[in-house]
Amino acid sequence: MATQHSRSAARLMMTPAVVLLLGWMLVPLIMTLYFSFTDYRPLRGIFDCCVGFENYERFVTSSAFLDSVLTTLIMVGGILAITVIGGILLAILLDQPMWGQGIVRILVIAPFFVMPTVSALVWKNMFMDPVNGVLAHLWRAFGMAPVDWLSQAPLFSIILIVSWQWLPFATLILLTAIQSLDSEQLEASEMDGAPTLKRFWYIILPHLSRAITVVILIQTIFLLSIFAEIFVTTQGSFGTRTLTYLIYQRVLESQNVGLGSAGGIIAVILANIVAIFLMRIVGKNLDT
Amino acid sequence: MGRIQLKQVRKTFGDVEVIPPLDLDIDDGEFVVFVGPSGCGKSTLLRLIAGLEDVSSGAIVIDGDDATQVPPAKRRLAMVFQSYALYPHMSVRKNIAFPLRMAKMDQAEQERRVSAAAEVLNLKAYLDRRPGQLSGGQRQRVAIGRAIVREPAAFLFDEPLSNLDAALRVGMRLEISELHKRLETTMIYVTHDQVEAMTMADKIVVLQAGKIEQVGSPLELYRAPRNLFVAGFIGSPKMNLITGPEAEKRGAKTIGIRPEHITASTTEGAWQGRIGVSEHLGSDTFFHVHLDGREEPVTVRAGGEVDLHHGDTIYLTPQEEHMHRFGPDDLRIA
Ligand SMILES: Nc1ncnc2c1ncn2[C@@H]1O[C@H](COP(=O)(O)OP(=O)(O)OP(=O)(O)O)[C@@H](O)[C@H]1O
Ligand SMILES: [Mg+2]
Repeated sequence: MATQHSRSAARLMMTPAVVLLLGWMLVPLIMTLYFSFTDYRPLRGIFDCCVGFENYERFVTSSAFLDSVLTTLIMVGGILAITVIGGILLAILLDQPMWGQGIVRILVIAPFFVMPTVSALVWKNMFMDPVNGVLAHLWRAFGMAPVDWLSQAPLFSIILIVSWQWLPFATLILLTAIQSLDSEQLEASEMDGAPTLKRFWYIILPHLSRAITVVILIQTIFLLSIFAEIFVTTQGSFGTRTLTYLIYQRVLESQNVGLGSAGGIIAVILANIVAIFLMRIVGKNLDT
Repeated sequence: MGRIQLKQVRKTFGDVEVIPPLDLDIDDGEFVVFVGPSGCGKSTLLRLIAGLEDVSSGAIVIDGDDATQVPPAKRRLAMVFQSYALYPHMSVRKNIAFPLRMAKMDQAEQERRVSAAAEVLNLKAYLDRRPGQLSGGQRQRVAIGRAIVREPAAFLFDEPLSNLDAALRVGMRLEISELHKRLETTMIYVTHDQVEAMTMADKIVVLQAGKIEQVGSPLELYRAPRNLFVAGFIGSPKMNLITGPEAEKRGAKTIGIRPEHITASTTEGAWQGRIGVSEHLGSDTFFHVHLDGREEPVTVRAGGEVDLHHGDTIYLTPQEEHMHRFGPDDLRIA
């Protein structure tokens, strides 16, 4: 297609971007790698180069590590489940012809524009607060004792908050997928004797499978690094300490840069493993 | 059994009356073709029969039972869509078996029916493929297969061949006709293709703006079109419609004469004209002849190897016994 000349010209022009990107990515990565092999605790004035894999060993063997991995998995899995299932239902609902469709669609997308910190604060103070929160009022209205969400069901509360933020994204992608379904296929299945639920199961859901994998892939990448929501609400207490949050605590709260960096590298490796798995699945789903 | 009766069926979309009240009787085992210009309501009528649209008023009776409120799945009708509407994520086998699976038929019977259908439609080799891996004609056959396994009371086809190329269309046309001969099931077929209508139908229903203009066998429509619209619509190339003194001479407002019912000669005849465009088809030649004092050319059929060209003078003589006469109300004068 391209001639030798145009190809080398293209390479030349791409170089600045590639160099910039590489620098952007490589410098922090290499610095993290370097720190992970040092005993570096700035507040105590300790800087001991080249301690080998000691940091890694300490990070992995600490009791907090496995817990945090488990918490991360539960959190990501829970949010994915809620957003995908809720997204499908909302998308189907929004696809129905109704009055004021345009406005309703914009409203549904709105949470996506709210900054994570802000939305977590709003949820914490206005919804989940055991004294003044909307939910507390609701509970009292039905004569029940208000729930202190963030201390009684902290993990679930965070899952709820983040799901609320990501639901619009899932809904939007799934809605466009539903709209691309050929209506004659639905009519054909209707004539073939498939009632509503079976039409959903045999026609709509398979049609959505691609969009669902895309939603899962993209969300997983972003959800593995949830931070603001935890920071603002529980500060990692009550079993809401994810891997990301653990690393943050190691570096900034215990001021142990070496240990935190080792955790960071481990997180990168784990995330890559997840990514490779997902790519495999998505790749398979995107082929056919 | 598949006798379908439409009684005063009417359909409106909002304020627009797409189908004014309409009566139609389709006998068991008949092959009925709906023809008409684009947008005349053929698909709408078919979808009303299928139950995919609700009638605004009137009744649809299938085999003596009022089916107006019956949901599509319970009408025992099978439909083949223009876009085929195959399920892309299922294999051909699963596609064909889908209606049986929905009816919770037992596995062995499903197998038997699917392989019987595949046999009839020459799909044996493709059963494990996905629809995306088939050609247009094969997809069409899968769609038909999905319809026949249900053993419906009637088949509904909505322009099933319009996505196929000309050669394949001829082949599929024959296959559908053959299928009808073998199954002897009622078929309702929508098309705007003249040839499909004339060759396949037992009965043609000509529609215009939702109104039935004429119902009859292909030859009836060809020989005795009830009004000007049917006269101009049935037959290819179109009938020549002539107004003015020639028509008045024969006691009509408009006269119609088909291209194949005009005798052409280079020496003598009733009308004199010059040849405009000529279309050589091999077996036939169609001349568009400009008569003196007439804007519209008259189309004439001549033998395949006539040696006449643009600008030549030609004499035309209409065969009086094949002349159609229409009155001022556009209706045929007997
Ligand atoms: N859902 C709808 N809402 C409003 N008007 C409609 C709807 N469906 C069809 N119509 C109108 O009804 C008329 C008949 O449509 P229909 O699809 O039956 O035409 P058709 O005879 O099948 O034409 P074609 O040969 O182009 O397929 C058209 O004027 C169309 O605009
Ligand atoms: Mg149509």
